[in-house]
Amino acid sequence: MNTPQERSALHATFTIERTYEARPAHVFKAWAEPTAKASWFGPKDLPHESREFDFEVGGHERFAVETPDGSVYLFDSLYRDIVEGERIVYTYDMYRGEARISVSLATVEFEAVGAATKLSFTEQGVFLDGLDTPAEREHGTAVLLDSLGEALRKETL
Amino acid sequence: MLNQYAAPLDLTFHALADPTRRAMVDRLTLGSASVSELAEPLAMSLPAVVQHLHVLEASGLVRSEKVGRVRTCHVEPKALGGAEDWIAQRRKSWEQRLDRLGEYLAEHPEQPRKGSKS
Repeated sequence: MNTPQERSALHATFTIERTYEARPAHVFKAWAEPTAKASWFGPKDLPHESREFDFEVGGHERFAVETPDGSVYLFDSLYRDIVEGERIVYTYDMYRGEARISVSLATVEFEAVGAATKLSFTEQGVFLDGLDTPAEREHGTAVLLDSLGEALRKETL
Repeated sequence: MLNQYAAPLDLTFHALADPTRRAMVDRLTLGSASVSELAEPLAMSLPAVVQHLHVLEASGLVRSEKVGRVRTCHVEPKALGGAEDWIAQRRKSWEQRLDRLGEYLAEHPEQPRKGSKS
């Protein structure tokens, strides 16, 4: 990229909930133990490797994924708060190549619901310099055009 | 709260309500372009294209800069829902990841206590 870098910072938050048929202690282990975490954390269809896994407050986890266009995305996490079986809080930077594209605060909560576990994952992040790919941008246009169509439909009803 | 966004949204929808302007935005999502490059595939005069460009610029969807004699246009990712896009992407990858966690947990149930048979 030889175009001058335009600076921007966009903020966003989202939460995802899942219920698993397992006790919180067992679900928690899948986040805390390196071999367990390695078997689900990485994408199924892309090459990836765990470069560091130090599950303790102040410890780092570093994880790299390579996408088909040859870009390497690096997640660099720092564990901030760990309550065994109940909660994990960490911050993570995401890089594409050398460029930092986002900085996030992630909170994972494990709540017992009978014999099952309700897991809540919340990410609060800042997305830097609009370093998305043209494909994503194109997708953004499509989304905007869809919402335009929807708004227009509502207007005519 | 809603009113705060109503005006820019009106401008955005007005800007995109025209097929020529949608074609211009589509072209710019592929990369920035000069006004004459934008006008090239369109069956209209350059001044007409410039008028459409003004509407797009007023909506904030497109920005342009003049360097020397060439005016270069590009889409404004923020106006194109850059944040929403990012959330959607990031959310989707976490949803897939948490589904894989579910599969992993189903395949690796908690070990029964020692001595008990399963």
